[in-house]
Amino acid sequence: MQRFACLREAAPAEAGHAGVGGERAEMNSLDDIRKKRGEWEKGMLAKNPVSPAKTTSGIGVDVVYTPSDLEDFDYLRDLGFPGELPFTRGVYPTMYRGNPWSMRQYAGFADAEESNRRFKYLLEQGQTGLSVAFDLPTQMGFDSDNPMVRADVGRVGVAVDTLRDMEILFDGIPLDKITTSFTINATAAIILAMYLAVADKQGVPMEKVGGTLQNEILKEYIARGTFIFPPRPSLRLVVDIIDFCKDRVPRMNTINFSGYHVREAGSNAIQEAAYCLSSAITYVEEVLKRGIDIDDFAPRIAFHLIVGLDFFEEIAKIRATRRLWAKIAKERFKAKNPRSMMLRLFCGSSAREATLREPLNNIIRATIDMMGIVFAGAQSASILSYDEAYTIPTEESALISLRTQQIIGYETGITKVVDPLGGSYYLESLTHRMEKEIRALIDEIDAAGGMLRCIETGKIQMDVLKNAYEIEKRKQSGEIVIVSVNKFVDEQKQDEEIVLTKIDPNLSKKQIERLNRVKAERDNKKVERALKVLKEKAMSTENLVPSIQEAVKEYATVGEICNTLREVFGEYQESVVL
Amino acid sequence: MIRVLIAKPGLDGHDKGAKTVAVALKNAGMEVIYTGRRQSVDQIINAAIQEGVDIIGLSILSGVHLEIAEGLMAKMKETGAEGIPVVVGGVIPKKDIPLLKAMGVREVFPVGSTFDEIVKVVKEIVNKG
Repeated sequence: MQRFACLREAAPAEAGHAGVGGERAEMNSLDDIRKKRGEWEKGMLAKNPVSPAKTTSGIGVDVVYTPSDLEDFDYLRDLGFPGELPFTRGVYPTMYRGNPWSMRQYAGFADAEESNRRFKYLLEQGQTGLSVAFDLPTQMGFDSDNPMVRADVGRVGVAVDTLRDMEILFDGIPLDKITTSFTINATAAIILAMYLAVADKQGVPMEKVGGTLQNEILKEYIARGTFIFPPRPSLRLVVDIIDFCKDRVPRMNTINFSGYHVREAGSNAIQEAAYCLSSAITYVEEVLKRGIDIDDFAPRIAFHLIVGLDFFEEIAKIRATRRLWAKIAKERFKAKNPRSMMLRLFCGSSAREATLREPLNNIIRATIDMMGIVFAGAQSASILSYDEAYTIPTEESALISLRTQQIIGYETGITKVVDPLGGSYYLESLTHRMEKEIRALIDEIDAAGGMLRCIETGKIQMDVLKNAYEIEKRKQSGEIVIVSVNKFVDEQKQDEEIVLTKIDPNLSKKQIERLNRVKAERDNKKVERALKVLKEKAMSTENLVPSIQEAVKEYATVGEICNTLREVFGEYQESVVL
Repeated sequence: MIRVLIAKPGLDGHDKGAKTVAVALKNAGMEVIYTGRRQSVDQIINAAIQEGVDIIGLSILSGVHLEIAEGLMAKMKETGAEGIPVVVGGVIPKKDIPLLKAMGVREVFPVGSTFDEIVKVVKEIVNKG
């Protein structure tokens, strides 16, 4: 007779059946539960029929869950204890009991002075770390004076052309005390070099500088779009950074394996986790090829996933991904240090579920997401501000997001117990199912030649688009309910005007003036020499970070450095198959 | 068969809207060419002329729709391509719709527009000329 592993060992058969209401009521066997469930389904449920339901990823959802849904569940194998393998319950032993997660609202806009003011404001309000948003030209390796990008200067983040901008951006912010997370990918090596140079000027040595680089280029080809070079040389730059930092900047998290953006681009939760883990496998394999031991860099990698409104599926996805990463690191990559197997997580709330109509409702959505993030056990979080469906957040809306995190962290009791939903029949059953589905998709990608190959052939992009289109159709048909948009629509409110955050029209002019000043003051001969060396190194297989550091110190621009690399690596041309 | 060019001007990489609309138009029987992201005004006009499309759809989410539409419409006149109708979709405040139309943009599809509406209007514009 099969027993539910969570309960006490069942009494021997001769001791008789556990009587209802008797002292052994908790010792129901799975057979008893299954039998009773069958009766309930034929009786109660048949009298109260419901239509079938699915999670957003299409997994069927029953009306109720019981121990009979956890037949192959083994507590010690599948959950264990927090801070121990397989880390399903969380990567640290006491999780939020001692310290809440790190609250990091994504910020940065206009120029370095404006952003520096916003950073200081958020730090004064109790934010515990910084998270920098760069404008698109900076992310894509163009200088602010490039006529093609002028409209985008300072628009969705801060404009950085040279080290001078970074000096201003972190002015008065002690880099040995504050850690910074950078959403930067194609130009990550340049931003890293600039950050280290600013720290150096503050007298902070490299080994004391802490922070996180997103540095996750593969998802840029699938989703976000801030690529510069083709995938293979881009991957080399990613690995150069990991390699450079592992001994010299040991407190730097060198990569954020990201599922977030691919999800926002239209994938489902299973694809999000599987693509993220498959990319992680690709990066790790690339690093291992250089003869670096997994335990020498894996403790410094982190993950970036999303928690949206499909509450239980999102929490199950993250618990399953944590368990899977532990297994991948241990079994596939033979890691020995448990820290290499820990999925440390930066979590974001869902942007695609925010609405443009009645935007204040997005505060409620972000609050629910944030509770999911806590139940999922993230190490740091950034949630969407209510106006971000249509513009970059104002100081007011950014503060509400921080306050939402603080209220959940300090006013509710949900942080006192580690993984408080663990053990729920539904959540554990769904966690199992998600793990199975995610693993199956990883196997499929492995069989198709790995993530890099699947991006080059466009397979991943195609699958994401297919899902995005289906979701959009289900939204338009009303099958997916969006309050105030396709249900409970207030016609009067449909006419309310949205207000875009005003960007100073002189911004690009100001930024270009600063750039020109820097160019006039720097030693152009030294810049040329540094760029020449960089080009030579790019043609070799040497690590590029040191020569990028040299160029940055001479105030070479982001555009000049990238153009030098463009000459060697070429530019990626996107080809889209519909 | 109606030939449509879906274009994503500027640096913004959020192309889920552009691509899903492209699929919807394709499923409605049109031939759709998607430029990919990060296209300059010149690249878009060249593609439209080379591909001989009946209509251009721009997807803009980053708030730069007025600047881009203005530049594109001016360049269309210069290159003699002003006969090709242009529609714009994305995060567009209501007050900007008349401004875009005054520049010569034929229709605007702000967030919330449905595939059905877009298909219907595109057909009308192309068929009426």
